[in-house]
Amino acid sequence: MDDKVSIGMDSRRITTSQRETTRPFSLKKQSRLGENIIQGFLLFCGVLSMFTTIGIVIVLGSESIAFFRQVSIVEFLTNTVWSPQIDEFGILPLLLSTLLTSTIAMFIALPTGLAAAIYLSEYASRRARSILKPVLEVLAGVPTVVYGYFALKFMTPLLKSVFGEANVNIYNMASAGLVMGIMIIPLVSSMSEDALSAVPRALREGAYGLGATRLETAIKVVLPAGISGIIAAFVVAISRAVGETMIVAVAAGAKPTFTFNPFEAAETMTGHIARISGGDLSYASIDYNSIFAIGLTLFLMTLGLNMISRRLVRRFREVYE
Amino acid sequence: MTEKQTDTAQYTLVVRNMNVYYGAFRAINNVSLNIERNKITALIGPSGCGKSTVLRSLNRMNDLVNGARVEGEVLFHEQNLYANDVDAVEVRRRIGMVFQKPNPFPKSIYDNIAFGPRINGWKGTKSEMDDLVERCLRQAALWDDVKDKLKESGLALSGGQQQRLCIARALAVEPEVILMDEPCSALDPISTLKIEELMMELRQRYTIAIVTHNMQQAARASDYTAFFLMNDQRAGELVEYGPTGDLFTNPKDKRTEDYITGRFG
Ligand SMILES: Nc1ncnc2c1ncn2[C@@H]1O[C@H](COP(=O)(O)OP(=O)(O)OP(=O)(O)O)[C@@H](O)[C@H]1O
Ligand SMILES: [Mg+2]
Repeated sequence: MDDKVSIGMDSRRITTSQRETTRPFSLKKQSRLGENIIQGFLLFCGVLSMFTTIGIVIVLGSESIAFFRQVSIVEFLTNTVWSPQIDEFGILPLLLSTLLTSTIAMFIALPTGLAAAIYLSEYASRRARSILKPVLEVLAGVPTVVYGYFALKFMTPLLKSVFGEANVNIYNMASAGLVMGIMIIPLVSSMSEDALSAVPRALREGAYGLGATRLETAIKVVLPAGISGIIAAFVVAISRAVGETMIVAVAAGAKPTFTFNPFEAAETMTGHIARISGGDLSYASIDYNSIFAIGLTLFLMTLGLNMISRRLVRRFREVYE
Repeated sequence: MTEKQTDTAQYTLVVRNMNVYYGAFRAINNVSLNIERNKITALIGPSGCGKSTVLRSLNRMNDLVNGARVEGEVLFHEQNLYANDVDAVEVRRRIGMVFQKPNPFPKSIYDNIAFGPRINGWKGTKSEMDDLVERCLRQAALWDDVKDKLKESGLALSGGQQQRLCIARALAVEPEVILMDEPCSALDPISTLKIEELMMELRQRYTIAIVTHNMQQAARASDYTAFFLMNDQRAGELVEYGPTGDLFTNPKDKRTEDYITGRFG
C-alpha cells in the first residue's frame, strides 16, 4: 500500500520536473510516416478500381467506334437480325434473349430470396439459421458452369415433361433463366437479410407492443424500413442476371434468334460474346469489333441500373430514415 | 377463487410469485405485486435490478428475448397471461407499451397512429380514422404541434414530440394498461413535465405502470411505488411496495430509505 503511494508520488515528481525543463507540449506539425504509407496504400486501392473502369471504357469505346463506322447506331438498335456472315448487325435478338432469361430469373430470385431473407431475419431460430445459411452459401459457391449443365440435364428435361416434349427445345431460355434464378437466390437473400437485420430492434418492439403479429411486424414495419437496402439487392441481382454468361452459353442456345417464346433456343448477349470470342476471330475484322459493341451495350445497361438504384435508394432513404 | 375475484376487481394486474430467467440467470426472484386499476404505479430501483424485466413480463414482451423464461402467475381479468392457451399478441393489444427511447415507425405521423388499429382489423371509414388519429393526438397533447403536418414523417419530430407520438400510437389501440419504460429519460424537463401531466390525465381511463430513475418523477407523478433491489445472487427482488406518499415520507425498510435519500444506488 505504502509502496504504491510512493510510486505515484515519484512519477508525479518526474512529470513536474520535465515540465520545468521542456515546454509542456508542442503543437507543431509532426510527420507520421506509418499513417502516410497506409493512407497512400488505401488511396492506391481506391484508384486502382477507378483506373480499371476507365481502361474498360476506353477499350470498349475505341473498338466500338470502329464498329459503328461501318454499322449505323440506328441499324444496330433496330435490326432484328444478328448474323455477321451476311452483315446483319441488329442487337435486338441478343438483347431480347438477355431480357427474357433475366426476367425469368428475377421471377425466381427476387421473391424467393426476399422470402428467405425475411425468414432468416424475423423467424428463424438460431438452429434453423445455422443450417440454412451455410446451405445458401454453398449454393452461392457452385461454379456457374455446373449450373449450366444442371439447366441442360435437369431443368430442360423437367420442362419437357411438364410442357410437352415437342413444345420445349433442347436449348431454351426458360431453363437457363430458371436456373439462373436459383443461382441468384443466395445473393438476394444475403443482401436483403443484411438490410432487414439493420432495422433497429426498437422498431420491431414498437410493433409487437401494439399487438402486431410476427408477419405484420415483418411486412409492415421491418420491410418498409429496410426497403432501400432491398432495392439495392434487387438491382445487384438484375445486373448479375444480365451479365451471367456460363449458364446461358450452355443451356439457352447458340444462335441469335428474335423470339418471345421462352421455350425456344436463343443466344444472349453474353452467350454470344463468349462463343464468338472463343472461336478464330481475326483482329480488326468487323466481327471482332461487333462483340465490343455488344459489350458496351451491356456495360451501359448495368451502369444505367446502378444509377437508377442510387436514385431509388436516395429517394426512399429520405422517407424512411 | 373468491380471493382471486376480489383481487381482480380492484387490481388490473396481479403478479404472484414471479421468477424471470435469462437462460440460467435468474433476473427476478419471487416478486408479487398488485397493480391497481386507474392508478399510476412507479417501479424504481438501481440500474440492473430488473425493473424493465418486470415491466416487460407484464405484457409478455420478454417472449421476444431468446432464452427468457417466466415462472409464476400474472393475472389479468382472472386469466394467467402465462397459461398455455394465452395468445401473446392478444395480450400486447390490451396491455400496450411505451419504450425508453422514442421509436416511431419510419412512416407518416398519421400512419404511425393508424398502424395499431389497422393491424387489429380496423373496419371504419377514412373519416372515422381521421377522427381517431385526431383524438389520440389530442389525448397525447400533440395535436397542436402536428395538425398541419400529419403526412410528414414521425421521425421529423423532436424527441419529446416523438415520445408523445409513441404514446398516442399506443392509445390508438385502446389498451387497458399502458406500460412505460423510462419514457422521459431521453427528454428535456419541459417535455418530461408534459408527459407527466399527460399520464395524470390518462389515469382516468387507463392503468399505468412506469419505470423511472427519477425520484422526483416517481414522487410527484405516481400513486403507488414499488422499490426493487438486487439480492446477493444479483436477482431483482421487491423490497417495498405501497402508496407513493407513504413510501417516500415514511419508508418501512431501511434500504428504501437509503435509496430514496440518495445514499446508494
Ligand atoms: N436480454 C437479456 N439477456 C440476458 N440478460 C438480461 C437481458 N435483459 C436484461 N438482462 C439482465 O437482467 C437484469 C435486469 O435487467 P433489467 O434491464 O430488467 O434492469 P433495469 O432495472 O431495467 O435496469 P436499468 O435501470 O439500467 O434499465 C440485469 O442483470 C441484466 O443484465
Ligand atoms: Mg431498464
